Amino acid sequence: MTALAVHPVPGAEDGPPDDADEARAVGRKRSTPYLLLLPAGVWLIIFFAVPLVFLLSQSLQTGSLTTGYALTWNFAIYPEAIAQYSEQLIRSLVYAASATVLALLIAYPLAYTIAFRAGRWRNLLLVLVIAPFLTSFLIRTLAWQNILATDGPVTGALQALGVTDLLRGIGLIDGNKLLGTPLAVVTGLTYNFLPFMTLPLYASLERIDPRLHEAAGDLYSTPWTGFRKVTLPLSMPGVVAGTLLTFIPAAGDYINSQLLGSPSTTMIGQVVSGQFLRVLDYPTAAALSVVLMLTILALVTVYVRRSGTEELL
Amino acid sequence: MTATVPRATTVPAAKAPAARPPRRGPLRWLREHLVPIAAALAFCYMLLPNVVVVLFSFNNPTGRYNYTWQEFSLDAWKDPCGPAGLCDSLGLSLRVGVVATLLATALGTLAAFAMARHRYRGRSTTNVLVFLPMATPEVVMGSSLLTLFVNLRVPLGATTILIAHIMFCISFVIVTVKARVAGLDPRLEQAAMDLYANERQTFTKVTLPLVAPGILAAALLSFALSFDDYIITNFTASASSVTFPMYVWGTASRGTPVQINVVGTVMFLLALSAVGIGQLVSMRNRKRATR
Amino acid sequence: MATSALQGAPMPTTDDRTTSDGDLRLVGITKRFGRFTAVDDLDLTVPQGSFFALLGPSGCGKTTTLRMVAGLEQPTQGQVLLGDRDVTGTKPYQRPVNTVFQSYALFPHLDVFENVAFGLRRRRKKEVKADVDAVLELVQLEHLAKSKPGLLSGGQQQRVALARAIVNRPSVLLLDEPLGALDLKLRRQMQVELKRIQTEVGLTFVHVTHDQEEAMTMADTIAVMNGGRIEQMGSPTELYERPCTTFAANFLGQSNLIQATVTGTAGDDLLIDVHGQRVTLPRQRSTVTDGRLWLGVRPEKLRVAGPDDAGNRLTGIVTDASFIGVATYYLVRMPWGQELTVVQQNDGTPPLPPGEPLTVTWLPDHGFGLDATQDEHAGAEAIDPDAPAPAGAAR
Repeated sequence: MTALAVHPVPGAEDGPPDDADEARAVGRKRSTPYLLLLPAGVWLIIFFAVPLVFLLSQSLQTGSLTTGYALTWNFAIYPEAIAQYSEQLIRSLVYAASATVLALLIAYPLAYTIAFRAGRWRNLLLVLVIAPFLTSFLIRTLAWQNILATDGPVTGALQALGVTDLLRGIGLIDGNKLLGTPLAVVTGLTYNFLPFMTLPLYASLERIDPRLHEAAGDLYSTPWTGFRKVTLPLSMPGVVAGTLLTFIPAAGDYINSQLLGSPSTTMIGQVVSGQFLRVLDYPTAAALSVVLMLTILALVTVYVRRSGTEELL
Repeated sequence: MTATVPRATTVPAAKAPAARPPRRGPLRWLREHLVPIAAALAFCYMLLPNVVVVLFSFNNPTGRYNYTWQEFSLDAWKDPCGPAGLCDSLGLSLRVGVVATLLATALGTLAAFAMARHRYRGRSTTNVLVFLPMATPEVVMGSSLLTLFVNLRVPLGATTILIAHIMFCISFVIVTVKARVAGLDPRLEQAAMDLYANERQTFTKVTLPLVAPGILAAALLSFALSFDDYIITNFTASASSVTFPMYVWGTASRGTPVQINVVGTVMFLLALSAVGIGQLVSMRNRKRATR
Repeated sequence: MATSALQGAPMPTTDDRTTSDGDLRLVGITKRFGRFTAVDDLDLTVPQGSFFALLGPSGCGKTTTLRMVAGLEQPTQGQVLLGDRDVTGTKPYQRPVNTVFQSYALFPHLDVFENVAFGLRRRRKKEVKADVDAVLELVQLEHLAKSKPGLLSGGQQQRVALARAIVNRPSVLLLDEPLGALDLKLRRQMQVELKRIQTEVGLTFVHVTHDQEEAMTMADTIAVMNGGRIEQMGSPTELYERPCTTFAANFLGQSNLIQATVTGTAGDDLLIDVHGQRVTLPRQRSTVTDGRLWLGVRPEKLRVAGPDDAGNRLTGIVTDASFIGVATYYLVRMPWGQELTVVQQNDGTPPLPPGEPLTVTWLPDHGFGLDATQDEHAGAEAIDPDAPAPAGAAR
């Protein structure tokens, strides 16, 4: 069917062989790739790309759900929506960025240990990383409600250790409550997207020859310098992939802020879904959705350019 | 040889006084094991909610809220379908998950072969089309699908949920299967053809068995994504089509029944065994794979 | 090197035979990839039952030639014939040709038995079990029939790949650098074994390699390839003793190539002037008979001259002497500045130190004359037979 497609041949990169030759050599038709791509491609175009166009168009329409909408090219909705919800938009980005940094700090030692120190336990540990996250996202987030509840064990322990006072001192929480604070939301976000950070990191660390670190030590590096100059740079593709896979869904998430936060921790996802599903103000909701997507795309583009890993895309 | 022996002993001896003090302290032990300790803490963080889910499935809460531990009870385990609508929502999620998995895996696998194997015009466009759904926040995908369905007057329900699930699973299937196909040594297929296997036999006897683990992994991933999705589902569902995550969300504000923890525990155990078996198989395959 | 050339034993000559029905013939084969010509108008006949080697550096087109015989590549022009049957344009699975791939390409999901049985099952042969068992016995792997290929050593994998191909009794067996992935010792062992198996089963083997020693050890006939063309073809001894191009002279063994001029003839000999000194060369050992030429002599054919040795003589100064036990390697600087390599067998005389004058001598029958317009260094880069193949070589 698709056999013999890739020939390692000298000079093949000089250009494809001429048509007749190609057809004779591999005996497959030019239309084959398109036929294979067609079903998935059509699906993605109709149910991913086209809806984005509808979303954009919806944002520029005026009217209401009952009276019907008309496209009036109402660009004014964008500055209005942004002005009204800039607080939630910025909060979403800050929470997502904090969760990404925290996830990186937690996942790196984890992935490093699994890749280099786990020995024959490696596969078991990988199972333990993946399996918890195949259990319902919502149920696990609700479990955090239990954990962080005011009379729960974690709150008690933190209070006893004086951490609560410290957190209150730096303004992360009010009173003795953990639930309903930005801290709880970021904890939930970090937790929920941890495997998206851990697995790409592990994949890139696993490919590094441990002898490179030994060679660095042999060449007068302390373990820390060896890590900084050899292991870390080589694991950068994993770092970039992991941060993207964490930041993007975290920025649009509203489950954590809804279940673990309070009205003062509302994120942009909550606003979009509320406007669409409860307030039924479609244009504003669509405009916010478009703004969220463009903001993330812009940030991701800048990030990927700066980290020099365009080939990941 | 003999001349170097005395030197070799004197050099560390000269440095020894400076190096001695930190040896053998608990601090030194901590410093040497910092990374594994951090990893162990990370594991605790990751597994804590699951422990809580399992634990609270045996709770007998006094009020509506299953927040604080009261007493051990098997009530919820004896009557998992007790709360109205729970098992209906589970049934819908399973049906949607299975159909979405089958279709997304089929469509994605075909596309993955095209992308890994063929040179064609428009490669970069297809790459972007596959990458973008994974880089788009769910709330954007969900809301855009809602505007599509509302504007085209498509009634929301199980069908629209299914359409959405297939859409966001396809990209993950393509990425997973594509990696497997691209990692396949083309010489294996050439060898098969050299050994009298025609194109169809080469595909069924060599290509497909070797790509199968990737397809299976993609299917498992699809099912997990579909079964667990709340945000996109919530945009594409109607009041009468309630999936399990929607049911959980609905109960969150008015007090979740203990049975939800029972379902969570069963899911955790199933996931653990599914991933565990997958790892065992891939371990065996890695051992037998030609270097 | 000289000794392995002599092991070639009785060789069938390729020139004067008529085509038999099992011969492999390539007629005017050309293969282009875009603007790159990998194989350039090649004509080749491989007699049935022979062990034929295509020898050349990486990128010379030898693997492409092999793949065109296998059907994995189709020629841009020309024909591939097996006996009288034109197989050009047919699929690999339609040809009675099997390949031992460079990295073996064993199916990782099938055990050794099923790997070997693969071709038989596709052709719906009966007696699969008996055939597979017999061939596994031939390659001495009966005990590993149920193992997965991933668990085998390199040498064992190589033998499975060989068994998987020969069990089909192909008209032609193609070997694409089959020993490239093995270490030196195992390679030597497998060379002997391959030759044994070829003699036992009597199939036509076409062997592609960049390792001249490997080619000379096993092949009856060697074709030296360069730039998509065959430079020279013949038995190992013919090629070694009488190279016809500077590329063949340098690629197969080592040669001293000296700039010289033909000044006249004496009977069957050419009279040659080497920077003022007179030497002779039999006329039939030179591709040019007048004007300038490259005079070639193999290092081991040069000897330190005794006072009453006959033959050609040249005198220079020793600049380097490496004693390696069985012989001494000298570099001798000639008056015109060129350094000649001399390999002097250890006959008991102590090596000469650098700085001493040294007269070298050789029999006129040991020299050869080459076209002076050719590059004297052609083919000289790849002379080390033990050097590991560069990554991705000879694809």
